[in-house]
Amino acid sequence: MCDTCGCGQPDQSFRIQKPQNPSTHTHAHEHTHSHGDVAHSHTHEHSHEHPHLHEAGQDAGHAHQFHDASHEHPHGTQIMIGQDLLAKNNLLAERNRGFFEARHITAINLVSSPGSGKTSLLEETILALRQEIAFFIIEGDQQTMLDADRIHKTGVPVIQINTGNGCHLDAVMIQKAVKELDPSDHSMLLIENVGNLVCPSLFDLGETRRVVIMSTTEGEDKPLKYPNMFRTSHLCVINKTDLLPYVDFQIDKAIDYARQVNPHLEFMEVSVKSGKGLENWYKWLRQNLS
Amino acid sequence: MHELSIAMNIIEIAAEEKDKAGGGAIQSVELEVGTLSGVVVDALQFALEVSVKGTVLEHAKIDIHPVEATASCNRCGLSFPVGDLFTSCPHCQSFDTRLVSGGELRFRSFILE
Ligand SMILES: Nc1nc2c(ncn2[C@@H]2O[C@H](COP(=O)(O)OP(=O)(O)O)[C@@H](O)[C@H]2O)c(=O)[nH]1
Ligand SMILES: [Mg+2]
Ligand SMILES: [Zn+2]
Repeated sequence: MCDTCGCGQPDQSFRIQKPQNPSTHTHAHEHTHSHGDVAHSHTHEHSHEHPHLHEAGQDAGHAHQFHDASHEHPHGTQIMIGQDLLAKNNLLAERNRGFFEARHITAINLVSSPGSGKTSLLEETILALRQEIAFFIIEGDQQTMLDADRIHKTGVPVIQINTGNGCHLDAVMIQKAVKELDPSDHSMLLIENVGNLVCPSLFDLGETRRVVIMSTTEGEDKPLKYPNMFRTSHLCVINKTDLLPYVDFQIDKAIDYARQVNPHLEFMEVSVKSGKGLENWYKWLRQNLS
Repeated sequence: MHELSIAMNIIEIAAEEKDKAGGGAIQSVELEVGTLSGVVVDALQFALEVSVKGTVLEHAKIDIHPVEATASCNRCGLSFPVGDLFTSCPHCQSFDTRLVSGGELRFRSFILE
């Protein structure tokens, strides 16, 4: 099972909730109804193209036969599908992305292990930039409203997604949350993903930028242990640099490892606690405003 | 766990495709999972075991084919097999590579009775 969250129930329901609003909506079995509207596009893809099969080297020789899409087998009929298992999430993520682009909304997906400082960074950022940027926040957590309550205190609109047994946010959850949050044009949507470096890496939310945060209290080898996450991120924020005198963490080594996984990754060293380096983060956010 | 979400996707795709094919019982399913896809085959197998009950895949045999990973160097163009996402190009030592195969998460086919 998933080492990170240890969850084991095939229950995929999630819950979206605003801090000030006690009424809740539980979206049970989200996968069943939410995907209904995208099923048609797969129908079309299926009947006349199997581009993925051509890409898989080992299948190249068979690919042409698949246009016919069925084979008689001694015990039944083989139906070729060739569909990406994440196709539905990817499709919905692209719809989210299109919506964000059309509305000039910059969506940032913040990922890290639990405790790296995502919520703290959001709180500081909101306090520092709220006069110049309209922020909207989505908080992802398995169970609690704690982080949304922290953000709510700053006064900016926030919505909590509780993923229950799920250990990552996905594009459907973002679509629903965005509908309720209703971010304004030219705003910045900051999404705090569930604290976990494995699962969120596979699920595109439609974000403009993905930011991975690691802190000096973690191992420098995180990028090698969780390469998918570092490979799919645009920026790596190294937080808690105020603790460098007290911990063994070697920043250069961490950056070297991360560059091996993703030579295009940008880096930023900050201490949310002391404020050191946060100017660079603010500059990066401003540059990425759409 | 993300393997569980992926297991749910597999069941959904199977149900949709079975309907399109006009029904019948699904005898077996073939999946392709790249060795660097981020999905652990054992975890996926387990996730499927706990989720297929009462679905179109309840009695289906599920074959998961691993797909070996190959990277291509963005600097010199060499293709080479890789076992992880942080191996440099054996020719020019660049880490600027992209995965050509090994990232697959794909529903390849099923057999209807
Ligand atoms: N020393 C130090 N502690 C920090 C810093 N940033 C956050 N923390 C602390 O780290 C803990 C986890 O932070 P939080 O923002 O909740 O992390 P999250 O789980 O990623 O949202 C809290 O006790 C924070 O006060 C920092 O720059 N320096
Ligand atoms: Mg948090
Ligand atoms: Zn090379």
